[in-house]
Amino acid sequence: MNQSPWDLLLSSLWPLLSGAIKGTIPLALSSFSLGLVLALGIAIMRLSKRKLVSGIARVYISIVRGTPLLVQLFVIFYGLPSLGVLIDPWPSAILAFSINVGGYAAEVIRAAILSVPQGQWEAAYMIGMPRRRALRRIILPQAARVSVPPLSNTFISLVKDTSLASLILVTELFREAQQVAAFSQEFMLLYLEAALVYWVICLVLSTGQSLLEKRLDRYVAR
Amino acid sequence: MSPADVSGDAVAASALLTVRGLKKSFGTNQVLSSIDLTVDRGCVLVLIGSSGSGKTTILRCLNGLEQADGGTVDVAGEVQLDFATSPSNKERAALRDRSAMVFQHYNLFPHMTVLENVLEGPVIVQRRSHTEATDEALALLDRVGLSEKKDAYPFELSGGQQQRVGIVRALALRPQLLLFDEPTSSLDPELVGDVLRLITELAQEGWSMVIVTHELEFAREVAHEIAFVDGGKIVERGHPSQLLRNPQHERTRQFLHRLLFPF
Repeated sequence: MNQSPWDLLLSSLWPLLSGAIKGTIPLALSSFSLGLVLALGIAIMRLSKRKLVSGIARVYISIVRGTPLLVQLFVIFYGLPSLGVLIDPWPSAILAFSINVGGYAAEVIRAAILSVPQGQWEAAYMIGMPRRRALRRIILPQAARVSVPPLSNTFISLVKDTSLASLILVTELFREAQQVAAFSQEFMLLYLEAALVYWVICLVLSTGQSLLEKRLDRYVAR
Repeated sequence: MSPADVSGDAVAASALLTVRGLKKSFGTNQVLSSIDLTVDRGCVLVLIGSSGSGKTTILRCLNGLEQADGGTVDVAGEVQLDFATSPSNKERAALRDRSAMVFQHYNLFPHMTVLENVLEGPVIVQRRSHTEATDEALALLDRVGLSEKKDAYPFELSGGQQQRVGIVRALALRPQLLLFDEPTSSLDPELVGDVLRLITELAQEGWSMVIVTHELEFAREVAHEIAFVDGGKIVERGHPSQLLRNPQHERTRQFLHRLLFPF
């Protein structure tokens, strides 16, 4: 029990990193991937000319953005069992985070699609493409470049938000930190250490963002 | 490669495009009130008129980028559309397939190389063989002097080069009718000549065209017929020398005067 702070920092590093590798990172990656697929669908619905279809997307986005993520998480994990729907911690967390990313990223993707000049749609139609193919082959590749910075924001927020999953018993970085802190009573040290690990992960992501932006630069209409 | 190979000489003088009573409104704003025009095979119709007169809308209706509210369009007796009965998507696609458009702002696909831009229509949409379409595309690029740019991206090209790619993209679709929407209006003055020369050559080879332009010298040289569009109507049409030198209508005279003497 009489560890020096330095020893504690080193000995707790592995549990924290393991929480990041086994919890935080896969949770963020899987939720973001699923969320993006969902977001693309919602964005396309939102752009539909049919009032009902775009209305559904609008309501979805409004609910996701208008309610706290923590509340969404609790409704799924602690709320649904009272309706007889029991979901394990991990799937609950992935579900809540995906739904959340779906709402935020949908608006990003919608804006990115709208930012592609109308002339690109017209050229696609001119060569005989139907709308769906024009979207997939002509518009989305160009929208992708525009959406990298705002989607990176969404992803970085998500990485940090996964710490909320500790409250529904998912073993991830922050939960590991809490456990070591409770055991050693070194709260300041452990929470700062957790903050540092989150920060390093986000630094890596920011670098990845710059690389991706460079790679996709040729997709921009000039 | 010239359309005469496809259509044959026997029908050279027959009408390729016949438009009757074409109407289009945006809300309460009537843009086209009743447009009649014909383009014979191998002939060039030039539309002139001030901006907002409706000439670009005529082109866009022919390519299905706008849906007309009324009127009929007939291409070669093979595609007939009556816009009063709101034609199905299939019918409108059939009309679109007959023509290809060259845009004022080129509208090349920025994420594709020059060659990919040209092949997108023939290979992806028309599902023609990749090898055959590539050979054809390279020959077309060679002819406009851009074969060494085939792997370049549009942003690496000058405006004049981009527009020549735009023309090649249209030709590669093997349309019966070429539509040019102010093809040189966004070019720097010194680049205009190359593009106009290319269009003139294509006209001489027998491509049928409808061209919207403000370049009167070019119109005089390339057109078989010029139509002056004003307020959504064709006010006057005729042989280039006759219409440009001796316009019958007061509005045509005013328009030409403004274009010739801007100061």
